[in-house]
Amino acid sequence: MGKKVALTGNEAAAHAIRQINPDVIAAFPITPSTPIPQAVAQFIADGEMDTELVTVESEHSAMSACIGAAAAGGRVMTATSANGYALMWEMLYIASGMRLPIVMAVVARALSAPLNIHGDHSDIMGGRDTGWIQIISENSQEAYDNLIQAVKIAENKDVMTPALVAQDGFNTSHTIEIWELEDDNKVKEFIGEYTPLFPLLNTDDPVTHGAWAPPNWYFEHKINQLKGLLDSKEVVEKVGKEFGDTFGRYYGLYEDYKLDDAEYVIVAAGSVCGTTKDVVDNLRENGIKAGLLKIRLFRPFPYRELAEALQSAKAIAVLDRVSPAGAQGGPLFTEIRSALYDTQTRAPVINYTYGLGGRDTQPRHINSVFETLKKIVETGKVEKQFDCLNLRGEWR
Amino acid sequence: MSKKMDIRWHGRAGQGAVTAAKTLAELISQEEGIYAQGFAVYGAEKRGAPVVAFTRVDEKPIRDHSEYMEPDIVLILDPTLLGLVNVKEGLKKTGKVIVNTAFSKEEVIKELGLEGYEVYVVDANKISMETLGRAIPNTPMIGALSKVTGLFTKEEVANGVVELLKETGKFPEKIIEGNKKAIEIAYEEVK
Repeated sequence: MGKKVALTGNEAAAHAIRQINPDVIAAFPITPSTPIPQAVAQFIADGEMDTELVTVESEHSAMSACIGAAAAGGRVMTATSANGYALMWEMLYIASGMRLPIVMAVVARALSAPLNIHGDHSDIMGGRDTGWIQIISENSQEAYDNLIQAVKIAENKDVMTPALVAQDGFNTSHTIEIWELEDDNKVKEFIGEYTPLFPLLNTDDPVTHGAWAPPNWYFEHKINQLKGLLDSKEVVEKVGKEFGDTFGRYYGLYEDYKLDDAEYVIVAAGSVCGTTKDVVDNLRENGIKAGLLKIRLFRPFPYRELAEALQSAKAIAVLDRVSPAGAQGGPLFTEIRSALYDTQTRAPVINYTYGLGGRDTQPRHINSVFETLKKIVETGKVEKQFDCLNLRGEWR
Repeated sequence: MSKKMDIRWHGRAGQGAVTAAKTLAELISQEEGIYAQGFAVYGAEKRGAPVVAFTRVDEKPIRDHSEYMEPDIVLILDPTLLGLVNVKEGLKKTGKVIVNTAFSKEEVIKELGLEGYEVYVVDANKISMETLGRAIPNTPMIGALSKVTGLFTKEEVANGVVELLKETGKFPEKIIEGNKKAIEIAYEEVK
């Protein structure tokens, strides 16, 4: 058992990075993830890490420097949020296309405009097709545990794909929670030494990174990259089990909370899942079969497993913390609904956008979602396929 | 006595309301069978502007990540906030209010319209001036909170804070001793 600490989600990420002690971190500050590189800089100044911290002039440069250092053969990490993540855009594709196992802590935040520094999933959902592994955390403990696991997942020889570990801006990044910090050496032993496959700095075996691939080879490269990303699913499961065997906290592709016999099910990701669990418990005490399917691995999307887990549901609500931006619904909704098409169930699936720009999502709002699901089952009618939680007035 | 309670702290930016919420969570993390969560509402504060911080305490792990709270306890860290913040907002009917002030309990109740609530006063500024030479009311207020809620005994809270301050390695013996004394006096004097 680890040591009980009372620290924020950002501090949890910073401690994971301290214990991982990567060769290089290149970072640029942006709220709400700034406290991560700030704490890392302090750890380095205090002699608790010997990472080379590169303080760059933008997030585009941060990811560029990470790519250079990872191609050279280093274990590389960074952290960012929102507009910083968006500014990395071009380089995110280059990191995944070059098969560099960079691990990034993302403190998920709204994108401007209007200017807003608070939590939502606009950044990570916008980057869902950049070829990165995406793991989403509910709380500080998971932000810490997931970062440690991400290193092992990304660096797996069958994967060799960058990974991001997200947590919700302010809801967890700036919230003090009590969680378990594991022993430094035990963590180091768990992740092991990194042996890069093709380090650029190995002059005995010269290689080219980031080469030109004309139409006769580009396609094959991209499909190989896709295989690496898809193969990470199995590794995520394996590492989640190893982590549990070592530290006592087991992780899978998703978390099912009272889902086995659940009739009314919410599908969601991030800190809102904690609030939802409390509501599920209350409803269960009153004999209502409510349940939660918490998304952990969003990329690659484990569609078969998620669809399988939803088969008992009579009605499903998917919560997206991002605007659908003109699609039929939010990204989680469209993918869950698509995954269900190949299975037996024809349970109605509805979608909510919630929590944009840090809008508070309270137990009573989650409760109203379950009430709507109950009504749908009772009447057999879906009045609104899409709606908003805790929005002033009707959305349309 | 159940240790489940929701606490709201009113202070001024730079004064330690968030530190107080954090210190309380740290104290609780050292106990078994009790959990805490501390957070603040972040906006565009400037030093000296009113700020609000929150602590949830429960006997099981805290999973709710919403900001909404109907507090059992409201603490006013800064005497000059009286009349500027809505102390009663969301406060449970059985709620308790602890105010750092030189005024009497009766004066505070009348001024804030707190008839019907349990109100406690402590002059934390005076205590911290005497023990630390500066008006840093957050540690004595944790002492007062411990007494009013029964969360910690005088020895537990005083020694707990001393341990936390020692652990940081940042504070001279005089400051640590001063904080200990401030907590003990506030614990005794809150009424």
